[in-house]
Amino acid sequence: MTDSSAVSIRSVSKGFGRGTAAVRVLENVSVEIGQREFFTLLGPSGCGKTTLLRLIAGFETADQGSISIDGQDVTQAPPFRRPVNTVFQNYALFPHMTVEQNVGFALVEQQMPADRIRARVGEALEMVRMQSFARRRPAELSGGQQQRVALARALAPRPRVLLLDEPLSALDLKLRKEMQIELKLLQAEAGITFLFVTHDQEEALTLSDRVAVMQGGRILQMGPPRDIYEAPTHRFVADFIGDINLIEAEALPDNAVRLPGGTQMSLPHKARGRITLAIRPERARILAPEAGQLQAQVIHTAYLGTALVHKLALADGGTFLLRQSDLDGPQPAIGSQVGLGLPAEALRVLAQ
Amino acid sequence: MNIRRFPLTREISLLVLVYLYVPVVVLVGYSFNANRTATVWSHASLDWYGRILANPTIQSAAKNSLVLALCAATAATVIALLAALATSRAFPGRGGVEAVLNTPLILPEIVVAVATLMLFVALGVQLGLGAMILAHTAFCIPFAYLPIRARLEGMNQSFGEAAQDLYANRFRCFRRVTLPLLWPGIMAGFTLAFVTSLDDFLTSFFLSGPGTTTLPVYIFSSIKAGITPEINAISTVMLVISVLLVSLSFFLGRLRR
Repeated sequence: MTDSSAVSIRSVSKGFGRGTAAVRVLENVSVEIGQREFFTLLGPSGCGKTTLLRLIAGFETADQGSISIDGQDVTQAPPFRRPVNTVFQNYALFPHMTVEQNVGFALVEQQMPADRIRARVGEALEMVRMQSFARRRPAELSGGQQQRVALARALAPRPRVLLLDEPLSALDLKLRKEMQIELKLLQAEAGITFLFVTHDQEEALTLSDRVAVMQGGRILQMGPPRDIYEAPTHRFVADFIGDINLIEAEALPDNAVRLPGGTQMSLPHKARGRITLAIRPERARILAPEAGQLQAQVIHTAYLGTALVHKLALADGGTFLLRQSDLDGPQPAIGSQVGLGLPAEALRVLAQ
Repeated sequence: MNIRRFPLTREISLLVLVYLYVPVVVLVGYSFNANRTATVWSHASLDWYGRILANPTIQSAAKNSLVLALCAATAATVIALLAALATSRAFPGRGGVEAVLNTPLILPEIVVAVATLMLFVALGVQLGLGAMILAHTAFCIPFAYLPIRARLEGMNQSFGEAAQDLYANRFRCFRRVTLPLLWPGIMAGFTLAFVTSLDDFLTSFFLSGPGTTTLPVYIFSSIKAGITPEINAISTVMLVISVLLVSLSFFLGRLRR
């Protein structure tokens, strides 16, 4: 039992509309999500992440492929027969019920005896620290409180998988940060699988055990946040997550590349033809002029408190971002010429 | 520019108000007139209200009106609720269905009344309360439909999804979420339908058989015998009931938006 995936999505495709207005929203998507994993679907709006979540919840039906939860095929099952619960983007708390009644809703449907419902509702509200609001109506709560109640409501029936559809997007920044930490703690406490959908890359990296980056109805890259950040395989992934510098280069035999400006260096990866190299701003170094692999001119420096971010103009016209976290080190003057050191192990070769 | 600052806005508004309400105010005022002739004021009295309460013909007309309005409004509300639920989801031809549902609002009532009468006669339906209930139900549907539809429109569709996500099947979802949230709209629709039926003269006049007069039909027939303050009194009672019910419907419609 524990060996099977919490959620298993095999070759799922989904389209909306018919004829010329038809849109393919998901193209042959396959994912295995492990037990007790915090898994995030990350991508811009329209990438298909919400549709994938809705397919798992059962609000939509897949055109092709199969979905199983805990080894049970649920591809055709209605939402009320799936052992998953959803935290909706707008919370969707029932306005005519109290907090208590909202949290107990699923338990009543499961025909649990009243005293057990009361105990379970109390537990769920305690988990999100909302016990003292049990008798309130959703309209009397703040956004953050509604968010907590929505979480408690979805957790109360102890689903196998909790689906979260951009649950933090309606909160302000400070509250969002707090709720991120709470979500992570809650997941550890509840010990269930979380499937989280967001367009916020920082949120995805902070919270997740694994992230799947989606674009145009496909999963481009899937892995732990660190891999996604440090070893993006696609230009889109590199661009979408954090700041990145892209360098067009030419691959030569024996793992060597020719950079713009003619410098050659060797790479730890194999490549062929015209390639795009990626390097994070914090991985490049400022060196003396004529040293390093690229030559550039400093055009702007921003002080961010924990680091300096230099914006540099490359000789071929491109711009380059460089993050200097050593605030006490030498700082190049605006307008000065510098050399850029690109450590070979920090360079990634991207698929287009 | 603020429309309230236009010259003469206040004067014109007052004039329009007077134009709208003077007849009603005069009617209500004279219902408290002791004089037998409706248009000559002598002194204030509640005599006429006492008389209408004691008049068996009026009592039976009032009873007919209430039974008719209650039955027609209930039936119309049930049908309207089902129609509103059905038209809340997109399907080919939805616009057409909604148009058909709302057409009774603009059809000339006299035409519909005559047509209904002819149909009932042709089918051999006995005229009277039953026939009136059937006909009233039909023209009350759009009045009940519109507030329910509006309420449903304003309802977040994720409530239904949330209920199903929390293990409620379609029926349970309707019972525990959709219906309670629609309730103010349903009550508003019911009251509007009720008042519309209560007010109706034309259809009732054509379809009332012998001995089943409604209040509006009674007022019409007694006016032929001369205007008495009795009519003012009945009209005032109807007016008060209508205004109360419509206000109620208005407040219900705004409830917990």
